[in-house]
Formats: sequence, structure tokens, C-alpha cells
Amino acid sequence: MLEVKNLKKSFGDRVILDDVNLTVKDDEILCIVGPSGAGKTTLLRCITGLDTPDSGEFLMDGKPFDPSGTGASDRVIGVVFQDFNLFPNLSVMENITLAPTMVLKQSKDEATKNAQELLAKLGLSTKENLYPWQLSGGQKQRVAIARALAMKPKILCYDEPTSALDPNLRQDVANIILSLKKSGVTQLVVTHDFDFAEEIADELLKVNPIDQSQD
Amino acid sequence: MSLNYVSQILPSLIQGAGLTLQIFFWTLIISIPLGIIVSLGLTSKIKPLKWILEIYVWLMRGTPLLLQLIFVFYGLPIVGIVFERYDAALVAFILNYAAYFAEIFRGGFQSVSVGQYEAAKVLRLNYWQTVRKIIIPQVVKIVIPSIGNEVINLVKDSSLVYVIGLGDLLRAGNIATSRDVTLIPLLLVGLIYLILVGICTLILRQVEKRYSYFK
Repeated sequence: MLEVKNLKKSFGDRVILDDVNLTVKDDEILCIVGPSGAGKTTLLRCITGLDTPDSGEFLMDGKPFDPSGTGASDRVIGVVFQDFNLFPNLSVMENITLAPTMVLKQSKDEATKNAQELLAKLGLSTKENLYPWQLSGGQKQRVAIARALAMKPKILCYDEPTSALDPNLRQDVANIILSLKKSGVTQLVVTHDFDFAEEIADELLKVNPIDQSQD
Repeated sequence: MSLNYVSQILPSLIQGAGLTLQIFFWTLIISIPLGIIVSLGLTSKIKPLKWILEIYVWLMRGTPLLLQLIFVFYGLPIVGIVFERYDAALVAFILNYAAYFAEIFRGGFQSVSVGQYEAAKVLRLNYWQTVRKIIIPQVVKIVIPSIGNEVINLVKDSSLVYVIGLGDLLRAGNIATSRDVTLIPLLLVGLIYLILVGICTLILRQVEKRYSYFK
């Protein structure tokens, strides 16, 4: 279970996050919805350690952790980026096994075996030797999911998972997220798409822009 | 053009080409790594370092290489720094080319998207793992065509060493031409430059091909 308490973040005088509290329960999906400019992405960037909040507390299973820390107990959040950010110079397999071998010190065989299982689960078994430019948008996203899951995160976060894809792939994304939930992956989804959020969410958190000073 | 005459002057031309090649290889071997280091300094947050390097690049790209050769060989002894002719030529060429390479690599590093660093960060890769496995391969691919241009320029720029009295390929041809009052030596010089540049072009194409597996 992830708990975020009293999270505050400003850029200059612009208050983006004012006292945000949220909880993601084990094996559930929390959706954060709101219009653009509501601070959804900033919230996600704080949780994933890409931005440092001004104040606030992060607890994983009741124990505090530092999202931007590098210790073993901080290594708990996985991220699927809006535009995936796959490494173009690495094959699908190398994208997935790079961090497990270099950071978790898994053997190459072990990392490859784990990656093959993840790829099979996501319907990408035949793609392991391809490079990102050879994949469709939906396939890239699934590789990004596999790459994040290979690090065995406690929570998997998505930034706008539907926005970089064809509208007709929206349902596929929903199905993937729901099937991962069934296999016990706790997930946090940031989206501006309210219908999508309603379909997949166990809990919804609505955020709105603070003041008028925002875009 | 009599074959007899050609075989008479060819040894001196080949000897000159030897010096040309020596300057070419040493300049490349030292100025490329130096250029990478300078490029990291140019993108550094340490302002004084950045300013000093920017002035260095401005001086090297803003004045003719010919002038720099003269200053290194005839000018620096005034302040007590004395180089042999050959060493003076190498120092001038390395300093000049490192500045061009630094600008090329700076552009290369800056054109790798921030998302690549962020993806590496959330996978908990450290800075050097990120640079080595993800950033450098992408930068190398980006800079190959520009580096290739400079490499070909260098083959021909090396002829400037005549100004400090070194006997390179062009000088060898010049001597033969004025002694024998014929353009044949210079024709041969042109041919040898063409062959050298042709070989460089082929090698560069191979290198480019090696990096064509990703986009």
C-alpha cells in the first residue's frame, strides 16, 4: 500500500499541489483524473522521484521511503511514460533486461527468462529481438510496461496511458491494466480521460487546478 | 607523363604523405576524446568553467588554423614555451580540432531527449550506467556525419604545416614542381589526397552502417 501525505509543490509563486493526500491499496487501481493544468503530471513526477516536492511524506506498506532515493527500499515505483521513452539503441529484450542486470544484479539468464515471461503475458513473445522503431505505438507501450515490471515495483504508475495511442487502442490499454490487476499488480493511473478512468478504477481521485493563475 | 619521372618523384611524395598521415592520426586520436571532455564542460553548470571553454572554442573557431600554427611555433617561444616543429603542428591541430569536435558533441548530447535520462532514472540506473549504455550510443550515431566532415577536412588541412617548415605531402609536390617546372607532381599530390579521402569516406560509411540498426 502506497500512502502520500500532505504533498506540497510550487514552482515559484505558482502553487501546483497544495496538501495532496492519497492512498493506493494493494492490488487496486487508483486513477487520478482532472483537466490539464491540474497538476496531475507534477503529482506523478513527485511520486516517481523525478521532481522533489516542497514537503510531504511517502509511505510504502507503512514505512517511509524516498522516491528519488537509490536505496533498495526506495526502489518501489515503476513508471510507464506518456511517450514510453524506450531506449532506441536497445532491442526489446535489452530494454527490459538492462536495469535488472545492472541494478538488481540478476544474471543474464535469469533476467532473460523473466523478460520472456513478461513478454508472453503481454502478447509480445515474437518481438524480443526487434528495436523500438520497428514497433507500433501499442506494442511500444507494452514493452514499456514489461520494462517497468521487470524491476518488480510495488506500484506501477502510468502517465496518460491513452494519449499517445490511436483512440481505438484505448480499450486494449484498459484490458491490459485490468488483466495486470488480476495478476496482482498495484497500479496508479494519471489521465484526463474520465470515461477511461471510470472503467478501470477502483478508486478515483479528482484534481482541479488551484487559482486562476494556471494554464 | 613519363612513368620514369613518376617513379622518380614518388618516393619523396610518399614520404611527405607519411607526415600528413602522422599528423592526421595523432590529431584524431587525441582531439576526439578531448572534444568529448570539453563538450561536457560546455554543458556544465559550473559557470566559470563554461565561460573559459566558450572563449577557447571561440578563439579556435574564430581564427584561421594557419594563424594558430604560426602563433604556436613562432609566438609561444616569446613567453618561454618552445615546441619542435612537429610538436607545434600537433599542438595547434589538436587544440583546433578539439574545439570543433566539442561543439559537435555538445549538440549531440543536447539532442538526446530528457525522457531518456528520466526513463533511466526511474529504472535506478546510475549516471555512468546511463551515459555508457544509453546516451553515448545515441550521441555517436547523431554525430557521425559531422565528425566525418571534420575528418575529411583534417586530411587536407594538414597541408597547412608547410607554414612552419614541415615537409608534408603538398610541400613535397611543391618542391618537385618548382624544381622540374612541371605540374605532374601536383597532379600526383591531388591524386594521393583523393585516395586518402576516399579511404576515409569508405571507413566512415562502414561506421555509419554499424549504427543503422536503430533509429
